[in-house]
Amino acid sequence: MEQLRERALHVRRDIVTLLAHSQSGHSGGPLSTADFGTVLFFHEMNLSPERLDAADRDLWQFSIGHVTPVIYSLMAERGYYPLADLLHFRKFEGHLQGHPSKHDTPGIEVSSGSLGQGLSVACGMALGSRMDRSPRRVYCVMGDGEQQEGQIWEAAMFAAHYKLDNLCAVIDYNRKQIDGDVEDVMGIAPLADKWRAFRWNVIEADGHDVPSLLQAFARAREEKGRPSVVLAHTVMGKGVSYMEDDYRWHGVPPTKEQADQALREMGTTLEAWTERLRRNGVAAVAPSANGAS
Amino acid sequence: MSQAPSTASSTTGAAPSLAKPEMKKTREGFGHGLVELGEKDPNVVVLVGDLSGSTNVSFFAEKFPDRFVQVGIAEQNMVCVAAGLAAVGKIPFLATYGAFASCRAADQIRVTVAYTDLPVKIGGAHGGISVGPDGATHQAMEEIAIIRSIPNMRMIVPCDYWETKKATIAIAGDPHPYYLRFGRESVPVVTTPDTPFVIGKANVMREGSDLAIIACGVMVYEALVAAEELAARGVRARVVNVHTLKPLDEEAIAKAARECGAIVTAEEHQIHGGLGGAVAEVVVRRHPVPMEFVAVHDRFGRSGKPEELMAAFGIKAPDVVRAADRVLARKAGRS
Repeated sequence: MEQLRERALHVRRDIVTLLAHSQSGHSGGPLSTADFGTVLFFHEMNLSPERLDAADRDLWQFSIGHVTPVIYSLMAERGYYPLADLLHFRKFEGHLQGHPSKHDTPGIEVSSGSLGQGLSVACGMALGSRMDRSPRRVYCVMGDGEQQEGQIWEAAMFAAHYKLDNLCAVIDYNRKQIDGDVEDVMGIAPLADKWRAFRWNVIEADGHDVPSLLQAFARAREEKGRPSVVLAHTVMGKGVSYMEDDYRWHGVPPTKEQADQALREMGTTLEAWTERLRRNGVAAVAPSANGAS
Repeated sequence: MSQAPSTASSTTGAAPSLAKPEMKKTREGFGHGLVELGEKDPNVVVLVGDLSGSTNVSFFAEKFPDRFVQVGIAEQNMVCVAAGLAAVGKIPFLATYGAFASCRAADQIRVTVAYTDLPVKIGGAHGGISVGPDGATHQAMEEIAIIRSIPNMRMIVPCDYWETKKATIAIAGDPHPYYLRFGRESVPVVTTPDTPFVIGKANVMREGSDLAIIACGVMVYEALVAAEELAARGVRARVVNVHTLKPLDEEAIAKAARECGAIVTAEEHQIHGGLGGAVAEVVVRRHPVPMEFVAVHDRFGRSGKPEELMAAFGIKAPDVVRAADRVLARKAGRS
């Protein structure tokens, strides 16, 4: 558990650092996703970064494609490619595209970036896996603003209809989107009720509390006959004092000075962490239990 | 690459007749092609959005129920579910009406399928004005313009039952996304089971060098009928079946321009950005010659009988003949 917390801290440092260098990209969502993302990548999911075509690896799809700073940081920390690659995020010479691209970045299964589509993709992966009697699980990360997209509900209906219990969705429920509070822009509440009405197993979790998340994913794994969704209650911009709960940081990167300030809050500096990435410093923390290789 | 014109002779069997053609539904070619694929390849799966009967995926559904996925009236979901199936090694074919496949799910096709370059095969049924009584909303006439503009997408508009069946089977063997456009009605058979079909290789259906009529889909028949009428006056028209809109057989088009000096394109589609536009893009670059377009002139369709609609919207053989006369006059005016 302490390892997961430390890993999540590294992921947050990666996010802020890569954004400082790209001067382009999203801050708020990646930071609110960092904790449950770490639990997924370093405990819950059975991944094989060293063998991308491993038959029964778990599959993950970020329907919220734009949170690439956290996706890429998780992937780098997990060993899909060198940490140094993060320094070329959104740059022409790098492979890390603004939104996940299968053909550019090893480990991305299906490209994403247009909201509302990823849950459908995850449904197809889950259904195909069951056709093949594969033991793998499929994980889909969604946003709360994204719940406004109609296609999410087409997929929700589909997953329940086909009883896709090998599918686990996670919603980054940080209550903010580009134009403000989700409930002011286009209310989605009561969200848990909606998912229950669509015949899903709904699990609410504190999106920043490791024990709460571990328990949530374990309960999802036990559920038979219907898919599960974890409503991870989070704070946009979590971990950076001047960003927390402020919707204006949705799609804006910190300046180099702001990034350095944030990294100091996290116990390092922009220069030091950049150097760590450049040297591909591998954290001493190994992935833990639950089938992770 | 040309092959024996199917009206003059064919490699085996009776030559298709223009005057009294055998009539078969292209969507049945799709349905039968899927069954044949299902028998050969356990990875082929089929999805449909509540239209099993009219898209004829019902044939596959009956034989392979475990590989058939009903998604209900949710086309955007269907395209992305197909993508997810492709991501785990399936070869998914999905079917809905072309109006919904090409427009409603265009974002899904673009980002999830095409940008990822997944082997999803989209059966866009009920293409063209010949859909008939349903009227404009269901008469898809923009698919070529939309789909060919998306990178990585391949697109085929087969001319008859046999070609649709062959195309269905052929595209399963190419690990890229495809859009297959076919129609609702029974249409004339103009090829035989033995007529060669190669993705990306246009078929010369009739030789000639006074002008070239480049057509796709049901307009190949209209082009052949027009060519017969022109021949009676001593005008020898080449008829080229460009079944693959993307990748386009640029060599066949350039050759037609060079050897014939005048081109008429014919499609059951809007005039903007369809076959005509695609051919023009090649002709202008490679070998500019006068061109005339037989197409729907930027109008929505309306209810009616298929034959009367095609006549009213200017896409029958007489319209092709008139276009041929116009282009020959322009060709003569140049020299």
